[in-house]
Amino acid sequence: MAKVRLVQGNEACAMGALKAGASFYAGYPITPSTEIAEHMAEMMPACGARFIQMEDEIASAGAIIGASAAGAKAFTATSGPGFSLMQELVGYAAITEIPVVFVDVQRMGPSTGLPTLSSQGDIQQARWGSHGDHSIIAIAPNSVMETYYQTIKAFNLAEKYRTPVIFLLDEEIGHLRERFEVDENEEIEIINREKPTCAPEDYVPFENVAGGVPPMASFGEGYRYHFTGLTHNEKGFYSSALPVVDKFNRRLVDKIEKNVKDIFECEELFVDDCDVLLIAYGSVARSAQEAMNELREAGVKVGLFRPITIWPIDEERIKAACAGKKAVIVPEMNLGQYAREVERIVAGSVPVKKLCRVDSELVIPEEIIDMVKEVLK
Amino acid sequence: MKPIYQEYFRNNLPHIWCAGCGNGIVMSAWARAMDELKLDKNNVIGVSGIGCSSRITGYLDLNTLHTAHGRALPFAQGAKMARPDMDVFVFSGDGDCAAIGGNHFIHACRRNMDMTLIVINNNIYGMTGGQFSPLTPFGKKATTAPYGSVDPSFNLCELAIGAGASFVARGDIYHAKQLTDLIVAGYKHKGFSVIEVIASCPISYGRRNKIPNPADMMQYVKDHTVAKAVAEKMTPEQLEDKYITGILHEAQGREYTEEYAKLCERVQGGDK
Amino acid sequence: MATKWKIRLSGTGGQGVIKGAVILAEGALIDGSNATQSQVYGPESRGGSTRAEVNISDQAILFPKVENPNLLLCMSPEAYDKYAKDLIPGGILILDGEVGKGKEIPGVKIYRCPITEICREAMGSELSANVVALGVINGIANLVSFDAMVESLHRNFKAKVADLNVKAYQLGLDAAKKIEPYTV
Repeated sequence: MAKVRLVQGNEACAMGALKAGASFYAGYPITPSTEIAEHMAEMMPACGARFIQMEDEIASAGAIIGASAAGAKAFTATSGPGFSLMQELVGYAAITEIPVVFVDVQRMGPSTGLPTLSSQGDIQQARWGSHGDHSIIAIAPNSVMETYYQTIKAFNLAEKYRTPVIFLLDEEIGHLRERFEVDENEEIEIINREKPTCAPEDYVPFENVAGGVPPMASFGEGYRYHFTGLTHNEKGFYSSALPVVDKFNRRLVDKIEKNVKDIFECEELFVDDCDVLLIAYGSVARSAQEAMNELREAGVKVGLFRPITIWPIDEERIKAACAGKKAVIVPEMNLGQYAREVERIVAGSVPVKKLCRVDSELVIPEEIIDMVKEVLK
Repeated sequence: MKPIYQEYFRNNLPHIWCAGCGNGIVMSAWARAMDELKLDKNNVIGVSGIGCSSRITGYLDLNTLHTAHGRALPFAQGAKMARPDMDVFVFSGDGDCAAIGGNHFIHACRRNMDMTLIVINNNIYGMTGGQFSPLTPFGKKATTAPYGSVDPSFNLCELAIGAGASFVARGDIYHAKQLTDLIVAGYKHKGFSVIEVIASCPISYGRRNKIPNPADMMQYVKDHTVAKAVAEKMTPEQLEDKYITGILHEAQGREYTEEYAKLCERVQGGDK
Repeated sequence: MATKWKIRLSGTGGQGVIKGAVILAEGALIDGSNATQSQVYGPESRGGSTRAEVNISDQAILFPKVENPNLLLCMSPEAYDKYAKDLIPGGILILDGEVGKGKEIPGVKIYRCPITEICREAMGSELSANVVALGVINGIANLVSFDAMVESLHRNFKAKVADLNVKAYQLGLDAAKKIEPYTV
C-alpha cells in the first residue's frame, strides 16, 4: 500500500517525470519552478538519469531538444520569463518534431512581475508564444496527485505525437502541499516514440504517414538523418517548394488538431444538470468546484467544466457543454485568456462572463458565488 | 576505395556556398580528418547553428542537427549528455558562435565536455548579406558599417582559453593540411576542443574591403596567418594584424560527462 | 463549510513559519485527515512578512488557501498588524511574547505565550521556535495527535534534529497548559 505523504506540486511533477521515464533534465533556476530542478538534481543520479544546470533558459531548451534527438526523454522547468526566452526553441522542437516537455510554473507577469506569486497568464503564450502555425499540446492540473499523473501524460503525448508539450502548472499548484498517495510500483501506461523498423536506406524521417506522426529514430541507431529548423521535405532536407511547404505546415497542425479527441481530457461535474456553467482550470478550478458545491447545497443549479488539456481544445465538447445554459462563467487568474476561446467557440449563443483576477491572489469561491447569483438575477 | 567526399558527404551536393567561399575547404579538411580517425559514422553527431558555415551539417553523412542561431552548443551538450559514448562535432561561424551564441560558448568552454567545436571565422555575417560580426576587424567595412566598423573585435581563442576550454587551436583555409591535423588533434583531445578557422568570404567581406577576388582573398589569408613557432620570434607590432595558428593551448581538465558518471556511481553506491 | 480547521501561521521570513505549517499538515495526514499547506512570501528568503496556511478536514479540501482563519499564529508585530483582522469572530489568536500588546482585537480568544523566549532559554537558540509554536497550537486546539506530530517531525528532519524538535514540541505542549486565554 502506498504511504500517505505531504507532497508539493513541483515535487509531484518531478516524481511523475521520473515515472514517465525522463532520463535528461536541463534547466535554469527560476521561481516558482526551482524545486523541480532541485528534485531532479537530487533524484536523477540515483537512477542513472542526467541533470545539467545550463547558463540560461535558451540553453536549457536547446539541451533538452539535443538530448531527445539522441534518444533521451528530456524536459525542463521554468516560469513565465524563462518560458518567453525558450519560445524560439519551442518552435524548433515543433518543426523538427522532437518530443520534449516544457514545464511552466506560471507566475505573475509581464516581465519580472511578482516572482513568488501566482498567475495563469501563460495560457495564450503556451499556444502562440513561438512564431508560425504549428499546433501545441498544453496541460493544466489542479491538484498535487493530478500533477503526478498528468506529468506522465505530458511525456506520453510528447512521445506519441512527436511534439513539444507544455505543462502549465500555476504557482498555487506548484507550491501547494497536500495528500499524495501513489504506489511507486503502480502499472501506468508509458508511451515511447515509435521507432522505424525499415532499413536505414528506406527511412523517411518526416514522412506524411497516415495519422501524421512518422516513426523517429534516435541518434546512434544506424539511421543517419538530418534535423533542421528550416522547412524541410520528408527526407528532412531544406525545401522551399510551395506544395512541400504547404503540406508540411498543415501536417504539423493536423497531427495535433485532428487527434484532439485522443488528446483532450476534461472533468465535467453536473454539466447536464445546470443553469450556469463554470469553466475553470488549474488552481482556480478548485475555487470553482467549492463555489459549485455551496451553490448546489443551496439549490442553485451550477455545473463545472474543467479542461485538463488546455491545448488543443475539443471545441465540440465545449459547445455541447455550454449549449442552452443561462450563462457561462470563466474564472481565471488573467484577463480572460481562456474566456476568449470560450467566447469564440460559443459564438454568441450563450452569454460568457469573465471573472478575472490579476492581483496575484487566487480567485476565491465567494467571488464566483456572487457572480452566479448576479447572472441568475 | 570510395573518394572521401563519397564516404563522408551525403548525396546532396552541390552545396549552397558561393564560389571562393572557404566553407568547402573546412568541410573537406574535416572529412580528411574523419578518414584518418576512421570513426564509425553511426556513432558521430554533427551539430551546427545558423549561418553559411552552419549549413555544413546538411551535407555530412552523420546524425545531424541543424539548430537555431547561436544555439548549437547547448544542443550538442544535451546530445552528449544523453549519449556520452558518441562523438560530437559542432560547426559554427563567427556571428553564430561569438555574438548570439557567445554566452553558450563561454559556458561550454567552462564545462569542458568532450567534443570538437569548429568555428569558421570569415569575419562577416555572410548569409544575411554582409553585416559586421564581433570578429570583424576594426575599421573594416560591412553593410552595417558602411564607413568602417568602430566596433572592437575580440580574440576568440584567448576567450576560449580564459573560459576553460582544454584544447584551443587556430587554423586557416590556406593551410588545409594543417587544418586537418588540428581537427584530428582536437578530436583526440579529451575535453572541449575549440578550433577557430580563418576563412574567406569574398562576396560579403572581400568585395567591401578591396579583396573581391577569391584568389586574392586566399592570398590575404596566407599573408595574415603566422604559425605559432614563427610568431614567437615576431614583435607585437609585426603581429598586429596577424592570426597566430597552430595549437595554442592544451591542458588536462576534468571532463564533464565523466565527472557526472562518477557522481552517479557515488550516489548509487550510497555515498553522498 | 467542509473545512474544519483553517489555520494561518505568520511571522517574518527565516522564522520557519512555512516549515512549521508543513509539519503540521503532514501530521494531520498521518492522523488520517486531509490537509493542504500553502504559503505567501516575498521574493527574499529572509525578512519580509511570511504567511503559511493549513487546512485540515476529514473531507476533500478544494479551495487551498485560508481567507479567514479560525486559528491564527502571529510570530512578529508586522504579521499581527497585517493579519489579525482576518481572524473570524471567536477564533483562536496565538501571539508570541509581546506581539500585538495593547492593540488586541476584540471578540477573539487570545493566547499569549513567550514562544521564542521559551525556545531560546530551553534550547539555546531560537531555531526551533516554529516547532515550539506547533506544540502551543496543539496544546490549545488539539488538531493533531502527539504520535502523528512526532512521526511528522521525523519525516521532516534528520534523526538528530528531529529528536531536538520533539523536545521543542513538548516544550510548546507544556507551555500551552499555563496560558490563560483572554478576550478584549
